[in-house]
Amino acid sequence: METLELTQEEQFQARIDADTRIEPKDWMPDAYRKTLIRQISQHAHSELVGMLPEGNWITRAPSLKRKSILLAKVQDEAGHGLYLYSAAETLGASRDQLLADLHAGKAKYSSIFNYPTLSWADMGTIGWLVDGAAILNQVPLCRTSYGPYARAMVRVCKEESFHQRQGFEIMQTLSEGSAEQKAMAQEALNRWWWPTLMMFGPKDSESPNTEQSMKWRIKRFTNDELRQKFVDMMVPQAEFLGLTIPDPELKWNEAKQGYDFGDVDWAEFWDVVKGNGPCSRERLQARVQAHEEGAWVREAALAHAEKRKQRAEAARAVAA
Amino acid sequence: MSQKEWPLWEVFIRSKQGLDHKHVGSLHAADAEMAIQNARDVYTRRLEGVSIWVVESKHVHASNPDDAAAFYEPANDKIYRHPTFYTVPDSIKHM
Repeated sequence: METLELTQEEQFQARIDADTRIEPKDWMPDAYRKTLIRQISQHAHSELVGMLPEGNWITRAPSLKRKSILLAKVQDEAGHGLYLYSAAETLGASRDQLLADLHAGKAKYSSIFNYPTLSWADMGTIGWLVDGAAILNQVPLCRTSYGPYARAMVRVCKEESFHQRQGFEIMQTLSEGSAEQKAMAQEALNRWWWPTLMMFGPKDSESPNTEQSMKWRIKRFTNDELRQKFVDMMVPQAEFLGLTIPDPELKWNEAKQGYDFGDVDWAEFWDVVKGNGPCSRERLQARVQAHEEGAWVREAALAHAEKRKQRAEAARAVAA
Repeated sequence: MSQKEWPLWEVFIRSKQGLDHKHVGSLHAADAEMAIQNARDVYTRRLEGVSIWVVESKHVHASNPDDAAAFYEPANDKIYRHPTFYTVPDSIKHM
């Protein structure tokens, strides 16, 4: 029995190595399934909770155009969450259980959403920086080994590009505006820069799951590789905007053809991961409240569907 | 937390007239009408479709991946089913 299991696992790894996608009904190791459910649902939760900091500014967007854009972006995030939950469900997870884990504080979501959105410039910074970082994380996931996850990510990435551009446009408008507007953009960048670098996760040396996830080709780049890419990508964009990245150690390194940069405050990172971010409690509370207040709608819709079904059946019986 | 989960539906979208409906994902809805409305919001926010099909997931029957060899390999040695199997003299046109 054990040798058979081993063979199955070896066959599985051979398919992964040949870049053959794994599909829902294919055999897969339990740990692969569990890792995926955890990662995909965390990702889905992040999209769901990610609506809250931006939802905060919908009623206060500075123009109808900005308001329409922000509404569309927040709606996209709901959509991204739904694509991802449906990918997780192909692995046998139940939607209600995934949400229950989120609401009970058992499941994680991206720490970045536990920071407050204090000014309109935060909408620009979230689109430009946070979605920029998300895109770097997500583009390689379009080639991740599990088919439904990869397909969901293709849709997400297509839509995410609009998110980043609208954010950059807000930053550009503020940077080219009055001194106060430019200061607002700089202040937002100062607050969001370090939390954004944390989005790539712990250092490679502190990330025990990375090696296995790379072997399974769930992950295609390590946390540190992506963080470096991000910094190299953002520095010229910040220069274009005339904004200063709040890192005194930031310096071009000719030898590595990339930037050297300061270390993230890892104590803060772990603290936020543990649920002690500035808005952690508020975010979870808002989620739970929305879910509970929607319960009667979900029940009523089911009851209505059931009643209509029974009526249709009764009508058919009479006709027959 | 006791109530039943809304059923799961598979969503198929025709991206434009003349093309097939293609599977795009799934979603939860109380009934077919709501599934179509939700599919419109979830899967066609950017003109991705002109027509939507939804099927309750429990009604989809799928082939078993373990049968793949028995199912599909017999086609491997029937290369004569492809036009490239046949040689046509260079002087013959329109074939």
